Amino acid sequence: MSDIAQSLSDTGTITWRNITRLRRQPDSIFFGIVQSVMFVLLFAFVFGGAIQVPGGEDYTEYLMGGIFVQTVAFTCATTCIAMADDLSRGVFDRFRSLPMSRSAVLAGRTFADLAFAGVTTGAMAVTGLLVGWSTHSTALEVLAGFALLALFAYAFLWIGAVIGLSVRSVEVAQTAGLIWLFPLTFMSNAFVPLESMPSWLQPVAAWNPISSVVAAVRDLFGNVPAGYAAPEYWPLQNPLLASVLWCLVILALFVPMGVLRYRRAASR
Amino acid sequence: MTAISAEGLVKVFPSRSGEVRALDGVDLEVPVGSVLGLLGPNGAGKTTTVRILTTLLAPDAGHARVNGVDVVADPQSVRRSIGLSGQYAAVDEYLTGRENLTMIGRLYHLGGTRARARAAELLEQFDLTAAADRPAKTYSGGMRRRLDLAGALVAGPPIIFLDEPTTGLDPRSRLGLWDVIEDLVREGTTVLLTTQYLDEADKLADSIAVVDRGRVIARGTSDELKAQMGGERLAVTVGPGHLGAAREALAGLANGELDVDEHARTVVAPVAGGSTALLDAVRRFDESGIEVLDIGLRRPTLDDVFLQLTGHHAEPTAGGPEVGTAPSAQEVRP
Repeated sequence: MSDIAQSLSDTGTITWRNITRLRRQPDSIFFGIVQSVMFVLLFAFVFGGAIQVPGGEDYTEYLMGGIFVQTVAFTCATTCIAMADDLSRGVFDRFRSLPMSRSAVLAGRTFADLAFAGVTTGAMAVTGLLVGWSTHSTALEVLAGFALLALFAYAFLWIGAVIGLSVRSVEVAQTAGLIWLFPLTFMSNAFVPLESMPSWLQPVAAWNPISSVVAAVRDLFGNVPAGYAAPEYWPLQNPLLASVLWCLVILALFVPMGVLRYRRAASR
Repeated sequence: MTAISAEGLVKVFPSRSGEVRALDGVDLEVPVGSVLGLLGPNGAGKTTTVRILTTLLAPDAGHARVNGVDVVADPQSVRRSIGLSGQYAAVDEYLTGRENLTMIGRLYHLGGTRARARAAELLEQFDLTAAADRPAKTYSGGMRRRLDLAGALVAGPPIIFLDEPTTGLDPRSRLGLWDVIEDLVREGTTVLLTTQYLDEADKLADSIAVVDRGRVIARGTSDELKAQMGGERLAVTVGPGHLGAAREALAGLANGELDVDEHARTVVAPVAGGSTALLDAVRRFDESGIEVLDIGLRRPTLDDVFLQLTGHHAEPTAGGPEVGTAPSAQEVRP
């Protein structure tokens, strides 16, 4: 087999392994779904009345883009914990002693978690539709919206993988994988419009990759009110381009970092 | 023909209190088809040696060749000719035994059909067929170790590394695993095994390298090591309050240092002359009125070897000063 074919075959095997592990832990899938459904309901009903959205639109319409992005971003905490867990159990020693591709362990992890993110996104979409969300764009644009979510999720999963390989225990991974996601997702346009933030925070939020992705997803789903003028920041004026660039930058940084960490991880 | 060779392996780990020299110049040579037992206490550097030879860790100095290939220059080729079964059974507990082995076969690029056939074969060989389709988390400790060892054999590698294969197993599982390892050796596999159990090295290894504080401090066959110790051992257990007197009585008889276990009230003395020494000792005890509960001659064990070489016992449970007091970063996973 050629190197590339071997690499793909190894990635397939590891993806299968991780998905099988997930399937054997139906409770973790269940709680993943419950969590995402719960977020949609909480935000839609608790904050729905309190938050003024641009154009006086229905908050659920505004919310869904944000909640999709937040939930897929949070999936990287799962990756982080799974990585740290594998590392602590000696499974990686076995993998590293095999004549297999070095990157397959990470690629297989992130692909499996991407599938998991797909399941939770589906659950959120159904919940959203039930509480009054709908898309107002072509099927192709909706599809593009989900594709962007997938790209963004995949990029973020690599951040989770790198953190999971960097911490020294599963307990630390549980916190380290999650904690930075709170300021990152809340200091964005995911749940509140940028215009409602203090002026010093607005540029920070505008250049937050989460904001670009949220804006692009809202655009693609047709959830931006007619006549709404996006804030005068380049990433929000060109959200789709900015989102794709952000994802590529994240991947370019974290994929090599992850592979390097993986090589070194077991030598600690 | 040499299957495994190592020259001057050095590995230094950073630690809070400076540096730990986990390996301080380890030399090894394992001929094809033989079993080398790496014997030493926790923290001696056994696991670090195995991790370097199996390409998991790069040495800071020295060279190692496995199956004729340098482990640093061409790790991927080395990986194709080795199997590793670790101290921490690297079994995926959510996968079944069969899935675990099939996965490893695929990662060795055997292809789906061969990987499945090989898994079935190994499950049969390791007496796991009945449990083959149950998740490994339902397995007992002994079954997990067997599955882990089976994982090391999937590609039928000519060289196998077993890092403390029986640590933490109950005696029956231990004996079962010994049988499996002996079968492998009969089929011509080269084995490097680490252990802290003297009886294990004695039973399985053709030759033994005694490791302490990152160095090989003695090597040879079990018999050679014991022969180095000179003659037999006279062991006596005395009644309460008689230990001091017994020690004095034996001091004149022994041709080496006495090993005194206060707790068990036992004195072990290396002696020359065998039964003459025994009669002499009995006479002395009788004259001094020492209450003797048990007395006898025995051949030196590897524990005696270890004690003589290092000044401490090999097994922590054997009493004596605490062993492995050197920081053991290489044996403890974060």
